[in-house]
Amino acid sequence: MTYGLELFWYIVIIASICNYAMLDGFDLGVGCLHLFTSKDHERRIFLNAIGPVWDGNEVWLVIVVGALFAGFPDAYATLFSSFYFPLTVLITGLIFRACAIEFRSKVLSRRWRATWDLLFCVASAVISFAVGIALGNLIYGIPLNENHDYVGGIIFTFLHPYALLVGALVFTLFVMHGAIFLVMKTDGQLQEKIKQWVNPTIILFIITYAITTLVTLIYLPYMAERFRERPYLFILVVFNMLAIANIPREISRGKAGWAFLSSCANILFLMVLFALGTFPWLVRSTIETDLHSLTVTNAAASSMTLGVLSIIVAIGIPLVIAYGFYVYHIFRGKVHIEDHSY
Amino acid sequence: MVFAFGNNWSNFSKYVGDVFGSILGAEGIFAFFLESGFLGILLFGWNRVGPKMHFFSTVMVAFGAHFSAVWIVFANSWMQTPTGHKIVMHNGMERAVMNNFWEVLFNPSALDRLTHVLLGCWLTGAFLVLSVSAFYLLKRRHEEFALRSFKIALWVAVLGVLLQLVSGDSSARGVAKNQPIKLAAFEGVYETSKGPSGMYLGGIVWPKERKVTGIEIPGALTLLVHRNLKDPIPGLDQYAPELWPRVGVVFQTYHLMIMMWGLMFLAVVLSLIALKRKKLLTSRFTLWLLVYSVLFPQIANQAGWFSAEMGRQPWAVQGLLKTQDAASPTVTAGQVIASLVLYSFIYLLIFVLFIFLLDKKIKHGPDDKVEPVEYRDHLPDGEPRERGTL
Repeated sequence: MTYGLELFWYIVIIASICNYAMLDGFDLGVGCLHLFTSKDHERRIFLNAIGPVWDGNEVWLVIVVGALFAGFPDAYATLFSSFYFPLTVLITGLIFRACAIEFRSKVLSRRWRATWDLLFCVASAVISFAVGIALGNLIYGIPLNENHDYVGGIIFTFLHPYALLVGALVFTLFVMHGAIFLVMKTDGQLQEKIKQWVNPTIILFIITYAITTLVTLIYLPYMAERFRERPYLFILVVFNMLAIANIPREISRGKAGWAFLSSCANILFLMVLFALGTFPWLVRSTIETDLHSLTVTNAAASSMTLGVLSIIVAIGIPLVIAYGFYVYHIFRGKVHIEDHSY
Repeated sequence: MVFAFGNNWSNFSKYVGDVFGSILGAEGIFAFFLESGFLGILLFGWNRVGPKMHFFSTVMVAFGAHFSAVWIVFANSWMQTPTGHKIVMHNGMERAVMNNFWEVLFNPSALDRLTHVLLGCWLTGAFLVLSVSAFYLLKRRHEEFALRSFKIALWVAVLGVLLQLVSGDSSARGVAKNQPIKLAAFEGVYETSKGPSGMYLGGIVWPKERKVTGIEIPGALTLLVHRNLKDPIPGLDQYAPELWPRVGVVFQTYHLMIMMWGLMFLAVVLSLIALKRKKLLTSRFTLWLLVYSVLFPQIANQAGWFSAEMGRQPWAVQGLLKTQDAASPTVTAGQVIASLVLYSFIYLLIFVLFIFLLDKKIKHGPDDKVEPVEYRDHLPDGEPRERGTL
């Protein structure tokens, strides 16, 4: 089977999810850690560490959804109308989180700030879990009929143990990623304090990762099929292990930037493993998988549209990367509270 | 919105995905990143970049907002006047598939509607500044600052109000040509008249009797649409009633929009007169009118969008896909109601908070001297007071 532009567009979507996890992943992680310090000043440093960039990071989620809509309209339509409940939870989380970040420091009242702090933390955790649950359901599959329409329940079809496990995996991944990011953006006493948090988050992540891998290999053997066919792909798993192992090493050497890059590499490899396991399914059907699933081929838009999209991406992505780098460059270095801070 | 299409309108998404998707994708890549990226510098970059770079970032944010409008209005215009596509069968369902990208983009109503929407947004911005400036002038606070921003905003408003007249006329003639049923509903034309048709300034629609009672300018509608007094305006009687929108509603939203334009025009004219006679600071009526004028463009925009979207009913995509066929077949009514109630509640809550914070910000004023202030709350006994800054 040869693929054309639809394969390119699939890679664009996977790369966008990867970018989303690397970028919004750390600001969600920072949100999950927000309540671990009780000092107003430190909480403000947390908020201002992500302040200038969280908004742009979140756009990657919009890009993932938009790219799916554009390139694979049928997969988009089926996925979003069936994941109605989880997505409602996700959107509610996104709205409250944005409000919490924007509103929190605008009123000098302890009760006001405590309320938004709580909402910020809970919303960040809920979003992280929801992203994981969505990915878990994509791996596990959902029941589709012969028209690729969803035939499962409203809520509990999505909350099976495997999806919850992947939810926990993404949650621990983001918390670890966020903690490393904070080490990079802070100095002095606060940095020492956060450094103490990094190792427990790594251990928590590794445990969840190990359990998820075991469960996947035992109960969802199809995820490993491509690796059995092409054993050289195992090198990716080895790289993934090395990336994770490198994180505590760089932290203890005091190179937080390298630790953060290792954590990004870890996310990249996880995403590649996900893509290699699930390709060519976009939405795997648990009923008659071979016939009812939505794949890269049967859900793709017309070649004309995919062509137009490729041109848009070819012009747009270099621009996005250029000013993305520029913004991160401007806000490089340690965070200090200024007049215009949150 | 990019979530809502798939959630609630999955058949619509399948039907138009091929045409729509690339336009929305372009919006995400060209507009959202530009806006959100430079917004960070705009808000947090004061001490990190020079004033020129900061101004550049501000301009980029404005560009981002305009690009957003371009793509989203073009996509919506395609729903009003679809061109550049062909209908094919795919996975057992009819689909609109892109045939010519430029024809999809520059469909007949696209440019008229884009101009109309952008002018509406400029007016919204201009009247917000006018309102806040007028408030300061009334309260005799930050007078110099307020007068300067007042004058800038007033000129934008003057330009916007005048151009909106041209754009509105052009849009309406486009609707008359491309969506005659919609125009007939807007203007309450139930019967095709033999002579020139009049235009209602306002009135009450009696849907059962198919009649409108109101103040009418004779011949005005024919004159505006055809630029003569001869050609007839096709009335709703020319079309099957199942293709009519809710005339009673769209007639009112359409006329509400025009009425709001009238109020904006009045506010602008009164301000210009007061400014010319150098009596702005003592014209309390004009200033108070301006304080409330922030609502006029907001209401006009909402009413206009309601007219545009409800006027297209029963179609989701004019002439191609009915709204009833566009919804998600697998989503239950209960789910839709529950999420609608939830989101309405959230938006209401945020709106109240937004007004509260905006009001605080306006009363605080432009002198941003930041000094450490103590928390206002009473704390439990014995707990040390923490200090914070705004």
